[in-house]
Amino acid sequence: MLLTFLVVTALAVVRLRSLFAVVMLSGIYSLVTAGVFIALDAVDVAFTEAAVGAGIATMLMLGTLRLTGHRQVAPRHSPILPLLVVTITGGVLLWGTRDMPRFGDPQAPVHLHVAPRYIEDSPIEVGVPNMVTSVLASYRGFDTLGETAVVFTAGVGVLALLGIGGRRRRDTDGDDQD
Amino acid sequence: MDWIGQYNYVVVFFLMMTGFYVVVARGNLIKKIVGLNIFQNSVFLLYISMGKVAGGTAPIVVAGEVVYSNPLPHVLILTAIVVGVATTALGLALAVRIKEAYGTVEEDEIHAQDDDW
Repeated sequence: MLLTFLVVTALAVVRLRSLFAVVMLSGIYSLVTAGVFIALDAVDVAFTEAAVGAGIATMLMLGTLRLTGHRQVAPRHSPILPLLVVTITGGVLLWGTRDMPRFGDPQAPVHLHVAPRYIEDSPIEVGVPNMVTSVLASYRGFDTLGETAVVFTAGVGVLALLGIGGRRRRDTDGDDQD
Repeated sequence: MDWIGQYNYVVVFFLMMTGFYVVVARGNLIKKIVGLNIFQNSVFLLYISMGKVAGGTAPIVVAGEVVYSNPLPHVLILTAIVVGVATTALGLALAVRIKEAYGTVEEDEIHAQDDDW
């Protein structure tokens, strides 16, 4: 099953020390996730994940590796404490989801309350056959506008951090002590 | 506990904790960002797997009586993926700046330099 493959990829990401391989694996991971999304009927999400997650994010990481070098030094701290924290957190999460509805259960509470309204009325009210599109662009249009604002802010932030065009080299300011 | 019926939650939480572990235990900033991505992806999987209806199909209108999967998680996660990449880009840009300022992206070496200062 695809989910098991995801687990294997994630474990490899933890073990490997060559960052180039790690970035490539994270691309593969995104692509497998996109496959899982298709299997779970979320075709729009799968498109986005394949294009944005596996494509753009991997490109960004490769560009960063070019600038920062691709070797990771061996971890110096003992992994006991993080492992303990992670195991406890995971255990609590598993314990907390024991009474969650079964996978694919049509009687699960998520499917009974708001979703039927959109499934039945959105094709008539908006006129777009794809319900995800109509909810995203019409009912939740402001949310999508906010998302655009977030992406714009992030773009401005990246440009501000990396400088536009030739960055001014450290000159007379006192803020460059390295 | 219903093992097979909740396999998706088990995998999601395992992945989530894997990403968490990478963020906490590994010192390399790039690796931390990859771990953060794994964590994010596991949350996406959690939502999408909750939206699945057995025997359902993708929420695109077709003729006839069809069961559709729940479209609302898809919408939320669509937004989340894009925002996630925006934060990844910002984090990577920060890592590049840290590399320029300190000459390394290893957390331990950065701390050591700060202490020396």
